[in-house]
Amino acid sequence: MAETTHQPGQALGQAQETGESPNRRAWLRFRDNRPAMVASVFLLGLLVLALAWPLVSSQGDVHSEAQFAAPSAGHWFGTDVHGRDLFGRVLAGARISLIVGLVGALVSLVIGVLWGATAGLLGGRWDNLMMRTVDVLYSLPSIIFVIVIITTLEGVLQGWLQSAFGGGSGETARMLLLYAGLGAVSWLTMARIVRGQVLALRERQFVEAARSLGLGTWAILWRHILPNVVGVVIVYLTLTLPAVILYESFLSYLGLGIQPPRASLGSLIAEGAAQINPVRIYWWMIVYPAGCLAAMLMALNFLGDGLRDVFDPKADKDL
Amino acid sequence: MTLFAHLVKRPKWPLLYRVAGACAWFGAVSLAYFLRRVAMLVPLVLVISFLAFCLVRVAPGGPFDKERAPASPDIERNLKAKYHLDEPLWQQYLRFVGIGFEKRDGEWRAFEGGLVRGDFGPSLKYRNHSVNDIIAQGLPVSLSLGLLSFCFALGIGIPLGVWTAIRRGRWQDHVGSFFSILAVCIPAFVLGPVLIVLLGIRWPVFPVGLWGGPWHVILPAVTLGTYFAGKVSRLAREGMSQALQSDFITTARAKGVGETTIVLRHALREGLLPVVTYSGPLLADLLVGSFVVENLFQIPGIGVFLVNSSINRDYTMVVGLVILYSVMLLTLNLAVDVVYGLLDKRVKYG
Repeated sequence: MAETTHQPGQALGQAQETGESPNRRAWLRFRDNRPAMVASVFLLGLLVLALAWPLVSSQGDVHSEAQFAAPSAGHWFGTDVHGRDLFGRVLAGARISLIVGLVGALVSLVIGVLWGATAGLLGGRWDNLMMRTVDVLYSLPSIIFVIVIITTLEGVLQGWLQSAFGGGSGETARMLLLYAGLGAVSWLTMARIVRGQVLALRERQFVEAARSLGLGTWAILWRHILPNVVGVVIVYLTLTLPAVILYESFLSYLGLGIQPPRASLGSLIAEGAAQINPVRIYWWMIVYPAGCLAAMLMALNFLGDGLRDVFDPKADKDL
Repeated sequence: MTLFAHLVKRPKWPLLYRVAGACAWFGAVSLAYFLRRVAMLVPLVLVISFLAFCLVRVAPGGPFDKERAPASPDIERNLKAKYHLDEPLWQQYLRFVGIGFEKRDGEWRAFEGGLVRGDFGPSLKYRNHSVNDIIAQGLPVSLSLGLLSFCFALGIGIPLGVWTAIRRGRWQDHVGSFFSILAVCIPAFVLGPVLIVLLGIRWPVFPVGLWGGPWHVILPAVTLGTYFAGKVSRLAREGMSQALQSDFITTARAKGVGETTIVLRHALREGLLPVVTYSGPLLADLLVGSFVVENLFQIPGIGVFLVNSSINRDYTMVVGLVILYSVMLLTLNLAVDVVYGLLDKRVKYG
């Protein structure tokens, strides 16, 4: 956060006595929040494990005779319908979910911040027009957007990728579109929040000072307004992340997202749910992917809560 | 003492008078504002329907791609001509809205049907049914399921949120908050199968699917409502903790008002404002049905149609459902604003 937003009266314990930077204070406050720390360690561990696991073992992709094997020492999470190791599949799914979530959230961040900041800064008729557009988009079910974006652009992008990089890029095209589609439907709230912040900020005296010194609109936006919005944006970003991951798993559950043989947590859950019948229940096929998804989302939620306490100490002043 | 007399001795009007007074005040001040909002609904819905209308047509493929026999070009052309899909887009839209003229039987006549006459047209996928029929059949089911889940979400979420806010920082808060975060992290397509396996198959307490007596409603309603219960409880906790920290609560405490009264009479009114705001879109989402839940439990609602018809490019069906959803959302948001004004008189409309 920039210097301008903190008030000297905030209770900050040791950090204040030693007169440390706002970033350092934020870190100290964050470090004291045990759930948030545990959550970030868990997420980092999961990310490292998910990225490193394909180097250690490729069992997740290998079909074998052992179909529907229960969890054992050989297959920690059991195996699926093709005898693939579910542990490797879940990690691959977690990797894809995390990446899609991150990129989708970033896309929504870029669109939302630019849209909201522009609307707030321009004000007047433009602000009205841009925010009414957001209102209209709010009342369109987002699933239609996602389907249209994915299906319309898939052919175009595939052809383009094929001519640019050669074969084998169909899956990449689908992934790229998933990022774009998810980002394109989840920027609306971000735009509203940023616009509200910008509207409040542009009346502040330091902005007035900058303007009277002759700074242009975009320079003011870049140098003075955006740095002050960062806190709110980061907090909302951590709330967007689980939402995007949830949406991606929903799409994959519908069969619109990640295509087999690639796995996402949503498609793994769908595979598990498809095997439910009254005679035999392969519980591991649904419990492990779902558990992984739930743990990931919970960690992100705790992380978001922790970050909000850091950037908005007012909300939790007597804890 | 006289300084604080107005705080201590307040004339106690009967509740009915106060409600009537609030309504009268509210009506006088903001009737014009709400009339304007209602008038805005029509152009908004038109814009939204036009967007949806264009969007589904932009996507490649058409409603007749998945016919049983591979349709010959002639058949497809005839089908398209029959449903006027060969006309330019603006003409199709005017026909859909129902404003304009066409040459029929050698004479110029006004369009039949159309949005202005409350007719969404025939479904392009289920061609013996009109979109109106399909909605009329499925909507009551989705409405009752959605309303029940809404009650479930608020009935669990608000008490949990208020309770965790009162006990903030203590173990009750940690346990309660943990469960509300857990509820937000378990998507319906996980909770549904788990509930089916546990309470439908393993211990057959509830039927595993279909739509019939009251027993059939419970599992779907819980599946649908749990996520939102978690969300409502988090909103309620946040709003209540902020309300409980505000100055008027400190004043009330200083006056010696009991803690129960403080929570129920003073803090609740302000603390639940975030929940009120959220309940508009929430109710709209729930009432138009959920794809996952209706699919899992084989419930004949309209939630499955939105996803399926966008995948099948059933143009008329998609647009009809979008209009239904947006009308619900906009009306409920308007209703939320009314309730908001009644709860919080500092809100000024204009």
